[in-house]
Amino acid sequence: MEIIESARPVYVVLVSLLAVILIGISGKYPNLRELWTMLAALLKFGLVVSMLPTILAGKVIEFHVTRILPGLDIAFRVDSLGMVLALTASFLWIITSIYTIGYMRSLKEHAQTRFFMCFAIAMSAAMGVAFSANVFTLFVFYEMITVSTFALVAHEETPEAIKGARKYLVYLLGTSVFFFLPAIFLTYHYAGTLDFASHGILAGKASYTIISIIFVLYIAGIAKAGMMPFHSWLPAAMVAPTPVSALLHAVAVVKVGVFTVLRIVLFVFGVDLLQKIGLGVFLSYFASFTIIAASILALKQDNLKLRLAYSTVSQLSYIILGVALLTPSGITSSIIHITIHAFSKITLFFVAGAIFVATQKKYISQMNGIGRRMPFTMAAFTVGVLSMIAVPPFGGFVSKWYLLLGAVEANMLPILVVIVASTLLNAAYFLPIVYAAFFKDPPADEVQGVHEAPLMIVVPLVITALGTLALFIWPSLLLNLAKMVVTLVM
Amino acid sequence: MIKHLPALLIVIPLLTAIITHLIGRINWVLSWYAVTIATFISFVISLSLLQTVLVQGRISYWMGGWEPPWGIEYAIDYLNVFVLIIVSFMAFAGAIYSRNNINVEIDDDRKPFFYSVYLLFVTGLMGMVITGDIFNIYVFLEITSLSGYALVALGKKRQALVAGFNYLVMGTVGATFFLLGIGYLYLMTGTLNIADLAARLPEFYQTKAIFTAFAFIVVGLSIKLAVFPLGFWLPNAYTYAPSTVSAVMAATGSKVAAYALIRVMFTVFTLNFFAETPFNFQYILLIFAVAAILVGSIMALAQTDIKKMLAFSSMGQIGYIVLGISLMSVTGMIGSLVVLLNDALMKGALFFAVGAVVYRTGLTSIENFRGLGKKMPWSMAAFTIAGLSMTGVPLTVGFVSKWYLAVASIESGMWWLVPIILLSSLLTAIYFWRIIDSIWLKPAPGEESLEQGHDYHRTPVKANDAPLSMLIPTFTIAVLCIVFGVFAYAPVSLAEKAAVILLK
Amino acid sequence: MIELLAKYNYWIVIILLTTGLYGVMARQNLIKKIIALNVFQTAVLLFYVSMSKIKGGTAPIVMHGQEHIYDNPLPQVLMLTAIVVGISTTAVALTIVMHIYREYGTIEEDRILEMNKHND
Repeated sequence: MEIIESARPVYVVLVSLLAVILIGISGKYPNLRELWTMLAALLKFGLVVSMLPTILAGKVIEFHVTRILPGLDIAFRVDSLGMVLALTASFLWIITSIYTIGYMRSLKEHAQTRFFMCFAIAMSAAMGVAFSANVFTLFVFYEMITVSTFALVAHEETPEAIKGARKYLVYLLGTSVFFFLPAIFLTYHYAGTLDFASHGILAGKASYTIISIIFVLYIAGIAKAGMMPFHSWLPAAMVAPTPVSALLHAVAVVKVGVFTVLRIVLFVFGVDLLQKIGLGVFLSYFASFTIIAASILALKQDNLKLRLAYSTVSQLSYIILGVALLTPSGITSSIIHITIHAFSKITLFFVAGAIFVATQKKYISQMNGIGRRMPFTMAAFTVGVLSMIAVPPFGGFVSKWYLLLGAVEANMLPILVVIVASTLLNAAYFLPIVYAAFFKDPPADEVQGVHEAPLMIVVPLVITALGTLALFIWPSLLLNLAKMVVTLVM
Repeated sequence: MIKHLPALLIVIPLLTAIITHLIGRINWVLSWYAVTIATFISFVISLSLLQTVLVQGRISYWMGGWEPPWGIEYAIDYLNVFVLIIVSFMAFAGAIYSRNNINVEIDDDRKPFFYSVYLLFVTGLMGMVITGDIFNIYVFLEITSLSGYALVALGKKRQALVAGFNYLVMGTVGATFFLLGIGYLYLMTGTLNIADLAARLPEFYQTKAIFTAFAFIVVGLSIKLAVFPLGFWLPNAYTYAPSTVSAVMAATGSKVAAYALIRVMFTVFTLNFFAETPFNFQYILLIFAVAAILVGSIMALAQTDIKKMLAFSSMGQIGYIVLGISLMSVTGMIGSLVVLLNDALMKGALFFAVGAVVYRTGLTSIENFRGLGKKMPWSMAAFTIAGLSMTGVPLTVGFVSKWYLAVASIESGMWWLVPIILLSSLLTAIYFWRIIDSIWLKPAPGEESLEQGHDYHRTPVKANDAPLSMLIPTFTIAVLCIVFGVFAYAPVSLAEKAAVILLK
Repeated sequence: MIELLAKYNYWIVIILLTTGLYGVMARQNLIKKIIALNVFQTAVLLFYVSMSKIKGGTAPIVMHGQEHIYDNPLPQVLMLTAIVVGISTTAVALTIVMHIYREYGTIEEDRILEMNKHND
């Protein structure tokens, strides 16, 4: 495989860091400040896309920044897997920036400068994770995301917000220090290196018991992937303003989490090693548990954002399940679900925010007949829901199809049952919302007529809803990247 | 001239200490100039010594031209020079910092006295580090300690006097134990030169006298080093001393005592000695180290006064140093030496930042830090950086320490140490995060009415940070926490060279 | 047994050492602590000096002419340094105690600790 040396991945990360400084200076001029955010988002997406042809041609871009200690380097490596995360996150950042600007201005939120600065840092770090060449670099950027999103979660500065943010921090920092870090120490000790390799670096380096211990430590330590029992930070973080929930908890933070799991599973352990030890089966069952349990918890929530949060927990474990199956279709399914779920979920969160801006409502029980008041918004919501339930012609169908194929390839019938059951549960907690929105009568004291949220809020969510449709009709880019990863690791 | 640098390193501060007091009678600022110039010269000399050692290996300087082992030898190798640079740099930083800081803590007529005692303190530290004669270590140890007692007692509150007195009593007991141990060593071998002792001791390893010597020396130095459970003079001493003194003492005092312990344990007594002791010395040290780490972190959590919190945190860091020593491997020793450097940087920055707060507000309670991020952004930025470094965030110096200790623990097969190291990191994260949280995210007392979210028109708070002479050292050291966290190769390679020689 | 008792110099050192340590720890009065500290340091002084004595040796001043056995002068000289250190320590300690008396009005440790508790 040809390796190209280029500093472009560094630029991608640096773009938003530069924007942080510019945003900070322009605090007094909101329009200028927002301009920096938009410019940075567009530039970042542009840079990522510019690297795409190289990657599609089968090459890899590398850049070594500095060596901190023997064995601990900061280095970047752009490959097909990283591209998926980078493309998804950077594209959605553009859309979310538009949405966020609209949202914050409509609600006349405070401390917007601090907000946009932390947003930019978080996105920088997400790109850093996507392009990491070794576990240490990934860990550094992983932690950077935790720290920068803390201020975003605590933004409202109310007691509940601070409590939620504390819980967020404790779960994420606690697991990463207690489990992720020792896993890194042990990996370094046994493998002698921390660089990612397509068939793993631990094969033959330690006994199966030790490798299993390291594996469990990694899984426990990557709490951003939302696996139970370390998932509670996700619902707790819903105290954040909706744009934060949308981008970070549908896209950046959680996708970084599952991406990290994918990276570790495929590039630190390797498919063969895990198959030999049977850790794939273990992870599959673990993920299945989360899928079902989170769906059941979602059923009980009346707060729309909380229901979406538990749905996210469940959907993330689909991604983990896909890779745990250790088969070509399974792995393909996880990779494409990163993007497909991102588009679907972000639509749903955008809608939740739009509803709050237009009507101040947070609870599903209040949302009878809201489809008549906000038709475009709720139409988008329906599209997102159908995608999540995996109904064609929406994107969710593609990833679920591959997931089912993957379970068949792996010969794991119980998993098939889990997938079908959870799909039914998804329908059970999503469809009633759509039904209530369109087919139930609104409360009598409601205003009549169409009263959508401001344009800057509605347009993004329509775009992302259309995106889920587009991913069904033109999945080739995603599928190509996913197939490249599969050929690399199998 | 160049040949006599080791001697000059001691003589210049010593003589300047005497002059400082006299010229201070004219104007105390002249004392400050004298101190700053003297410490700067010492720092430059130490850098030049580093250069020589990197080329030559080991410098051996005969004081007065008398040949060792009858004369006193100054032996500088990788270990000494590593500690020396840390000490001289922190002394210099402290001198600059004290320019404005002592205005709030010490009366004008006492300032020349403060400065001359400060120089004596620094002289003692540097002497302890570069001498190659064990009795000379005792002499310089006492010079440092006596100056230290006086410096601590100069604090503003009256508790400083009691803290100073307790420090004096415990420190003297410790130093006297050290002296007693040296006596036994001399009794059996007839020499006081460290290199000579190392050559002559092995045949006596089995004797009770040498074993007693070792025990007394280790206990004595442990009191100085404030290892748990002998370190309870430390919290009060660091808390009530003037800010400059807390910072410089935290950054240098315990480091030099650790150096002395390492010197005795590995150069005077080599690794072979520990194989012959009747009980497993390694485990004993390990237990005390772990106790220090845990007790330090837990007690720090419970404090409401920030200096006391930092002092207990120092006890935890000292635990890390002893942990690395007790692992008795090259990686472990590198870990200890790296913790030495890193703690000096981190605690230096933290105490300097706290001193800035004392300068502006006069208070040291943690409650006082609310909303300080707006009033004193630079000092608080330095505090945050150093605090994050203490937590062990990657790309800072604290991470490098934890990395080496964890890897060394796994290498020695003592996996159970890793959760303990991580637990203390978490506890550190908690007690620092509480403060960082309230610095940046909470409104200052008096601003509460503007607290709730959607208020666009807050009156901006004027920034009233510390004066430049205090800010520059603080911020520079905080930045160094990051610099040596990313470019860790330089100090680590020096530490590695030192470790390899020690553990041959 | 007799041999053990014959090493009376070591016995004296031990007694002084333990007396000094006991005094430092158990006495509440600060001046008594300082006195005990001095006793403690004296023990070590005597240890070194008694170490320097050689059987049949005389004072270590060179006398030309006959062959003499001299006591070892080095420990004695080292102890000159230690005596100076001891005096300086006592001086610093006494100064601090003076200031304590001025600030607290008492030099009993338990009373001082109580006053501190109310203050903090």
